Amino acid sequence: MAKQITIFLENRPGRIKSICDVLKENNLNIWAFTIQDRGEFGLVKLIVDKPGQAQLALADRGFACALKEILAVTAPDRPGNLDKLTSALLSKNVNIKDVYGFVSPIDKQGICFLEIQNAEGVDVKTLLEPEGFKLLSDEELYEL
Amino acid sequence: MDVPFWNKDIETMPRQALEQLQLQRLREVVGFALKTPLYQKRLAKAWIHSPEDIKTLADLRKIPFTVKDDLRQSYPKGLLAVEMEQVVRVHSSSGTTGIPTVIYYTQGDLDRWTDLLARSIIATGVTAKDIFQNMMSYGLFTGGLGMHYGAERVGLTVIPVGGGNTQRQLSIMKDFKTTLLHITPSYLLHIHQRLAEYEVKLSDLCLKKAYLGAEPYSENTRLKLQDLYGIDIYNSYGLSEMNGPGVAFECICKNDLHVWEDGYIVEIIDPVSGEVLPDGEKGEVVFTNLIRHALPLMRYRTRDLALIHPEPCPCGRTHRRMSRILGRTDDMLIVNGVNLFPSQIEEALMSIPEVGNNYMIYLSTHEGLDRLTVQVELYQKLFTGDLSQLDDLKTKIKDKLRASITINARIELHEPGALPVFEGKAKRVVDERIKL
Repeated sequence: MAKQITIFLENRPGRIKSICDVLKENNLNIWAFTIQDRGEFGLVKLIVDKPGQAQLALADRGFACALKEILAVTAPDRPGNLDKLTSALLSKNVNIKDVYGFVSPIDKQGICFLEIQNAEGVDVKTLLEPEGFKLLSDEELYEL
Repeated sequence: MDVPFWNKDIETMPRQALEQLQLQRLREVVGFALKTPLYQKRLAKAWIHSPEDIKTLADLRKIPFTVKDDLRQSYPKGLLAVEMEQVVRVHSSSGTTGIPTVIYYTQGDLDRWTDLLARSIIATGVTAKDIFQNMMSYGLFTGGLGMHYGAERVGLTVIPVGGGNTQRQLSIMKDFKTTLLHITPSYLLHIHQRLAEYEVKLSDLCLKKAYLGAEPYSENTRLKLQDLYGIDIYNSYGLSEMNGPGVAFECICKNDLHVWEDGYIVEIIDPVSGEVLPDGEKGEVVFTNLIRHALPLMRYRTRDLALIHPEPCPCGRTHRRMSRILGRTDDMLIVNGVNLFPSQIEEALMSIPEVGNNYMIYLSTHEGLDRLTVQVELYQKLFTGDLSQLDDLKTKIKDKLRASITINARIELHEPGALPVFEGKAKRVVDERIKL
């Protein structure tokens, strides 16, 4: 499974830059990011090329951050594909807690990062692969 | 000037006779105090072994001061001077370190206290025709029940509504034609700002007077509120250690508060040296309770700063007047009428593992009311990466604080290391409230 770093940040100028500074100093590359806003604070979610190293570097600078396993799913960039993905998850009553994604401009592949709940006993791989989706491992993701 | 009295003989008693009465009651209280281990020990050191050892009022000064910590150390019954079956009422206030202070009353204690409240009420020109809406909280706090009993003794129509719920307060004021309020200054200010929202006009109400207490406020605030409402406002002072409200009260002259000196001996001391100061000088207020037998307290240091006016009041009362409270000698905060210490907040916060070591307390004014904001740092190592953890944490802090200080605080989570670090004495309390 892919790994996401979640960082607790106050909602004020310069805080996101403070993370970027640490990543840059350590020569770490960001693949994707999103922010969950909660007013006075927010959670920054990052997919980076070396998640373990990134977490250590951030924690070392005092950031409250956590490493979490999430689903990284690819599918060809075509209308209706996200609908197909969400329908498949719904068929097993799996809840999507958080989702974000992007389209790779080179190979026109959509990549979707999902935090799911209520998935105990559900084999997500066998659920999604027949529908034309691919679950990326950590290594596959970072080789993109 | 037509001055109303509840007990004219006592209220206008010549000083010499008043002091004779004080001496007689002090001896009684010493008798009860000698039944408690704390006072037995302390009075023995001052060579006081029986009430007869108090020869003159000046002998009071031989008695050492009593402080709030003595009450806490004696929790729950160490200072009780009568059998528990003689106790008919208990009041309590939250303590600075989690241990509350408890006050006990016999039926006689309640009667004497209630009489001083009836006296206070009559002194403001209120009569049995008045409709009294008591907006102080009831329960362990003395403000609500104390004034309630006094008002009933005078024969007012008492509406025991308690604090909060502005809309309901206003409809009761309107429907029952309330003429008298007992309320904190900040809440009275707040209500004025909400009148339009609840579509209430002052002309719909019959308000004539209000008693304001439980938090300090300036003469300007009194004048402003009198102007806003078109009513007379009287300053009220009390503390649970001295029974509750009715220790000192303003008369119709509205020129500072008569201390009911047949019930309490008041001294003003230098808070550092403990030396007794002459009338007119500002210092810490020290009271000896002359009317409570269940839990005697003598020379109790209130930590409130005030002064005694030497000049007599035009109303003819011989009981000296005390100024409004001019400050505190400790770090106690009064938030919407509730007394609390920063140490109580610290203790609640430090019992939660996900909270880091640093915190800040902000006080501000919002819609006329005090707002308490507590800023804490998230403890880095316990962060799981879930938003729900943070929401739960805020709820947990809020609940802990409500249980400890009975106040709904706003909680702000901050990054580890984001809050100020202090070298030397930390200044964690920032008070940005508009001064009343």
